Amino acid sequence: MSVSQMVGAKIHRREDPRLITGHGRYTDDLTRAGLVHLAVVRSPHAHARILSIGVEAARKAPGVIAVFTAKDFKDVIGGPATFPVAPVFAPIKLANPPRYPIAAEEVCYQGEPVAVVVAEQRGQAADAAQLVDVDYETLPAVMDIEEALKPGSPKAHLDQKDNIAWDTTYVPWEATDKAFKDAEVVVKERILQQRLSPNPMESRVVMAEYDPFDKRMTMWLSTQNPHWIRLFVGGALSLGEHQLRVISHDVGGGFGSKISPYPEDYIVPACAKLLERPIKYTETRTEAVQNAYAGRGQIFDIEVAAKKDGTLLGMRLTQMLDAGAYIGTFGAFQTCACLLAGGAYHWQAISSRSVAVLTNKITTDPYRGAGRPEATHAVERMIDLVAHEIGMDPAELRRKNFIQKAEFPYTQNFGLTMDSGDYEKAMDKALKIVGYEDLRKKQKELRKQGRYLGIGLSTWIELCGLGPGAVTGPATGGVVLSESALVKIHPTGGVSIYVGTHNHGQGNDTTHAQIAADALGLPMEQIDIRHGDTNEGPGFGYGTYGSRSLAVGGIAIQRASNKVIDKAKKIAAHILEAAEEDIVFDQGKFHVKGAPDKSKALGEVAFAAYGQLPEGMEQGLEAVAYFEPPNFVWPFGTHICVVEVDPETGAVDMQKYVAVDDCGNVVNPMIVAGQLHGGIAQGIAQALFEEMIYDEESGQLRSATFLDYVMLTANEMPTLELDSTVTPSPTNDLGVKGIGEAGTIASTVAVINAICDALSPLGIKHVDMPATPDRLWKQMKGASKASSNGKEARQ
Amino acid sequence: MKHKVATNVNGRAHEHEVEPRLLLVHYLRDTLGLTGTHIGCDTSQCGACTILVDGKAVKSCTMFAVQAEGRKLQTIEGLAKEGQLHPIQQAFWDEHGLQCGYCTPGFIMGSVYLLEQNPNPTEDEIRKGLEGNLCRCTGYVNIVKAVQSAAKTMAGAPAKSGSKAALTAGGE
Repeated sequence: MSVSQMVGAKIHRREDPRLITGHGRYTDDLTRAGLVHLAVVRSPHAHARILSIGVEAARKAPGVIAVFTAKDFKDVIGGPATFPVAPVFAPIKLANPPRYPIAAEEVCYQGEPVAVVVAEQRGQAADAAQLVDVDYETLPAVMDIEEALKPGSPKAHLDQKDNIAWDTTYVPWEATDKAFKDAEVVVKERILQQRLSPNPMESRVVMAEYDPFDKRMTMWLSTQNPHWIRLFVGGALSLGEHQLRVISHDVGGGFGSKISPYPEDYIVPACAKLLERPIKYTETRTEAVQNAYAGRGQIFDIEVAAKKDGTLLGMRLTQMLDAGAYIGTFGAFQTCACLLAGGAYHWQAISSRSVAVLTNKITTDPYRGAGRPEATHAVERMIDLVAHEIGMDPAELRRKNFIQKAEFPYTQNFGLTMDSGDYEKAMDKALKIVGYEDLRKKQKELRKQGRYLGIGLSTWIELCGLGPGAVTGPATGGVVLSESALVKIHPTGGVSIYVGTHNHGQGNDTTHAQIAADALGLPMEQIDIRHGDTNEGPGFGYGTYGSRSLAVGGIAIQRASNKVIDKAKKIAAHILEAAEEDIVFDQGKFHVKGAPDKSKALGEVAFAAYGQLPEGMEQGLEAVAYFEPPNFVWPFGTHICVVEVDPETGAVDMQKYVAVDDCGNVVNPMIVAGQLHGGIAQGIAQALFEEMIYDEESGQLRSATFLDYVMLTANEMPTLELDSTVTPSPTNDLGVKGIGEAGTIASTVAVINAICDALSPLGIKHVDMPATPDRLWKQMKGASKASSNGKEARQ
Repeated sequence: MKHKVATNVNGRAHEHEVEPRLLLVHYLRDTLGLTGTHIGCDTSQCGACTILVDGKAVKSCTMFAVQAEGRKLQTIEGLAKEGQLHPIQQAFWDEHGLQCGYCTPGFIMGSVYLLEQNPNPTEDEIRKGLEGNLCRCTGYVNIVKAVQSAAKTMAGAPAKSGSKAALTAGGE
């Protein structure tokens, strides 16, 4: 038995030396001999008919090689796979307009490509793009979810009968009739989830080179899942997997926005094929904010039925989702909010329904957490409203309704089985760290002085580690989200491991090496982890999203390593002249049972593996494993945020932030903490600052730069106090869960609950996001006026 | 019409004919091949392209290449000397001050200037000093820690156990 040394240790990242010295290999850092550049001409309108496109002036501009419009790609880009729409959890799509990478007759969002210019230099391409003369007839745009639902609304596409993209009921309303009949208290709320721009610091870059002789295309791009891109682009460009190589080296963040295919992913290789020149497209930040698949963009109408003693009975939840102009490849994943809205609690029954509409905005798709932050926001907000209504402490109301440790595995209201949990333990730890009772006393005191201190809890849960085939097979329309790894031990003991996951900041090259080091009993330095090249490794890799690289990818590495050791045992038996069942593998060495002093190192066995072997044995020491998890993994925890709101300015002063999280066994505590820091920051930013703001008339994005789209800087970030509990997952050999999205899932509602708690003396029950100073100030002013006539203020 | 620009970058003299509109960041990346300086926005908000110009931190997207005439520039590639990481680079590694790494060169160069101006900054001064740089991965928690730790090292306090030690020892 190998003794675990690396798993659990704080190992510094092997990725860092190149990144801290300026030697990363992001796609825009790469070049090819004879490289030319592509610029995209985009629609300035949210909705318009294209009357004509004049390209002559652009063609004559200095350095221009070609100007292409939709008709030029007809023979190059085609096929049903161009922009696939996965069933996910809303399999019946109603309005589902087909999407082509470049518009021919009608543009349906601001930024939709209408022409491309290829020129010798990047500046020349950008200059010439300005000369493309497109004549548009503007059409009415539909920008608002509720407006889009109305029968008389403009249609996002001219040929639609309505804007309904899907309308899926998961559990009908009748199922909660009894709960609401038995209710002593019913609370209702509308919760808005504003549209967010994912904004990884690296915008997207695509480079492609075509070899017309061997008919091979190579693409370099900034993606979270190169094999999926190969599948989509190969299908559309009629290139087999043997002809299309997709490489994604260092990627400057993804947060979900680099999963699904984009127009340029097809256009750039198509142009490389048409022109037989290597071509690069580098997205500007303005293009990125406008065109990156957005997150959230939803309205929730929720009702909760409860008893006066705090027992939760039933919930009815309607999600209204802005799908954008075209349904995202994985856009319907966001409906998982409807399946997870029960959170960490017992419910008699929950009814839920998701209605999605098309609008004249960029598509929405998974963004860090995707559906799970929304579910958490819904249930955690409602819990606080119930607590407020019945005058119960929100922590005690949670405690009363928690699913108990002994009940796991627990099948929740939608039939999903939650693997393990100890919710009360995490909450108690967080309450203790934050000093909950003292804070409540302090709050009382401050309220007497007219000061608004608030304490917000979020006892979050999450489904991640995508995922088990029984769910993910139907959800993707056929591909099961398992994960692959290839472990090769070379003749003198060097180890190359090729993984199907990606690494765009998660530190997987380090954590995966930790897992392999333990499984193989070798020092980490002897193990290279490679990702991001479809010509290396197993036939398919599934990529990195949904907090899956450890709980699915890590297990594939461990299993492939174990397969290699199984074969090595046979070879060791041969060289040690013993029976295979008598061979013991211990910390990288093989010995015969009872004779540990006479051992052979894995490197020696590897050398023998390539030499003469007994009849019936094949040379080589390598193995592939695909791991399909039997279930999702279910991390959880408690976040507590303490704020004080300034009644004069509406500014939120975040005074404390405590997070106690449980992601099962930990491979590298430093990386877990880092993931939490960033996740919490993104969640806080949604609560307080971020929002994509469109002009409702013209459909113009008014927050298209980092000047207008407000993100968190070091100044606004509060000090975090992190702690953990450890409840291993029983569904995988390492007992691990996921932590990549946890912070974002938990934190947004912790902040909003704290603000609502702070403002409750004013009669304010709920605040919308982002809770900017001006919004809060207006709401507080409104509340002091409204309190006289008993109405709740809402801005 | 092109203009001649002569610069000293990381101790090496360069001379090129450039378009007057060429931004300094594009000159560094495309003309000199120094791709460690990154571009994260169009509006000089993100700070990914921060370098030192005559010792001062500058967002290299806010200058034209021709304005660098006769200037001494330092980029992330010029920070490690003789294979030895700069204490700030070491601290970013030790404190897990980076994840995707895209904003990192800008943060490190900004921190070099910050600690030169203020060798013993408070946490608030670090946060204020780096407010011109955006990071989407770390929540700034470990970036601030890295700068604090580098300040201590640079002031001559005993360095924390280095990353290499941690790598071979198998962690803490």
